[in-house]
Amino acid sequence: MNAVTSCAKLHDCRDAFVTVLERLSADNPRIVAVCNDSVGSSKLGGFRARWPDRLVNVGIAEQNMVGVGAGLANGGLLPFVCGAACFLTGRSLEQIKADIAYSNANVKLIGISSGMAYGELGPTHHSIEDFAWTRVLPNLPVIAPCDSVETAAAVEWAAHYDGPVFLRLSRVGVPDLLPSGHTFELGKANLLRDGDAITLVANGTVTHRILKAADLLAAEGIEARVLNMATVRPLDLDAVVAAARETGAILTAEEHSTFGGLGSAVAELVVAEAPVPMKILGVPGIFAPTGSAEFLLDEFGMSPAAIAEAAVALIARKPSRA
Amino acid sequence: MQPNDLDRIAQQIRLRDLQAVFEAGAGHIGGEMSAIDILTALYFRVLRIWPEQPKHPDRDRFVLSKGHVALALYVTLAKRGFIPEEEIGTFLKPHSRLNGHPNCTKVPGIETNTGPLGHGLPVAVGMAKAAKLTRAKYHTYALTGDGEMQEGSNWEAISSAAQFGLDNLTLIIDHNRFQQGAALKDTNNLAPFPAKLEAFGWDVTEINGNAMDEVVPALEKRGSRPHCIVAHTNKGHGISFMQDKVDWHHKVPNDEQYKIAVAELSEAL
Repeated sequence: MNAVTSCAKLHDCRDAFVTVLERLSADNPRIVAVCNDSVGSSKLGGFRARWPDRLVNVGIAEQNMVGVGAGLANGGLLPFVCGAACFLTGRSLEQIKADIAYSNANVKLIGISSGMAYGELGPTHHSIEDFAWTRVLPNLPVIAPCDSVETAAAVEWAAHYDGPVFLRLSRVGVPDLLPSGHTFELGKANLLRDGDAITLVANGTVTHRILKAADLLAAEGIEARVLNMATVRPLDLDAVVAAARETGAILTAEEHSTFGGLGSAVAELVVAEAPVPMKILGVPGIFAPTGSAEFLLDEFGMSPAAIAEAAVALIARKPSRA
Repeated sequence: MQPNDLDRIAQQIRLRDLQAVFEAGAGHIGGEMSAIDILTALYFRVLRIWPEQPKHPDRDRFVLSKGHVALALYVTLAKRGFIPEEEIGTFLKPHSRLNGHPNCTKVPGIETNTGPLGHGLPVAVGMAKAAKLTRAKYHTYALTGDGEMQEGSNWEAISSAAQFGLDNLTLIIDHNRFQQGAALKDTNNLAPFPAKLEAFGWDVTEINGNAMDEVVPALEKRGSRPHCIVAHTNKGHGISFMQDKVDWHHKVPNDEQYKIAVAELSEAL
């Protein structure tokens, strides 16, 4: 069990991404950054200042960006293709499928400002469909780190992994939850708190919210298990099945549509391996109204208090053990 | 290898391609026949490649963006020694690695997976850009269809190739004037191509893409800008009744047509 560090300071995970990217790039001349004009929003200014030739900016042309990434990898380079998650995945999904996943190109896709990070800019800029679009593609790990520690570890891991990766980052500040020195393992959930009444599962910007919900539940005498499940694909089968068997109910929460994301992935496993009552929290299949990401997460029932309330209701649905 | 030898090889590839389409009962024969002279010139004269080392870092890159003519590439690769010639008989059969569009994870000599149109050129731009960044000497070629140029992603790539100064990139447009449903001119007529490419900062050469003595020098041409070859070709080239008929985009000859086609191609051998 990982020790959970309590820290009120909020971190923009993009900072951890570029810090590690620049550290790795100093030692590995094969690393190049590719972007769609998103030098600022991907925080690549520092990278560009140090290695101007290694920043391949194709301009506002995401299909070309992803294809160029595949070609750079073919030429022996290690491209980190960075863009707002909504455009990177939505505009160039077919390139991700054919050029990256099917071709098994060693390209790291970095989706910036995912979920509803661009809250007030509206649904055109929200990326609450990207888990659904990407997790159906073979060969493509889909990862949404929960804090800056896990972001740093996942970037380090991705740079050494021989194959495509989709890393889904936010710009919304989150507290550090994992201990420093944490090592990322693909397809392994992190047990942040143990319990047997229910399991709460989340990733990305929502993990700290389920952890707070577990605190609220504990105050009521309900011990919830809390899993940070950064890897949406390949999913941690053992952790999900154990959660179902040992706690009898699973609540998932994500900054994504309730259709096709983390909750759906967990449900697919649960229904096949160990059916138990589930609740999937997320954006309920609508275009979100105006508001910040934090406001919208609360609006869609993902405040710690609302998650705790949903957990209590779900526990009530557990079959009684006669 | 001289133009006459290359012509003979191209006809052999056409004949094998025709046989494979007939046997498999599927294929994109019209666009295969139009492109085979270009493929032959590339693989038997122009490309610096080592079939026994298909991933050699210094190899020239060729991207078949019009991936639906994969069979023509398979036959060419087999004849050049990348895959066994007898394997062509497995085309489209269950579990064959030779499906209707090329797969780089299974077939040696394939650089990237294509099939959806408008994908190959952006990847080729990345390959050429990588050579610039690593000071590698290889040259990158991409072959698109003329109808395929309707895909906007190609123009994103064309613009970036000029911006990046990719004088190590050659785009060949197989301008056979027909797409699946109708003639290019009756669909979304991007022709004439040269002024459009020149406006984007490319050098352009127009050739008869079915004349080896024009194809080879165009492919070997080097300049200071990205190079586009507008290859005027005939859909179904070499088989009289297929030539310039939109139906032969992916039609399969019947027994009688097959005999005529074999006779015509064999005559030219």
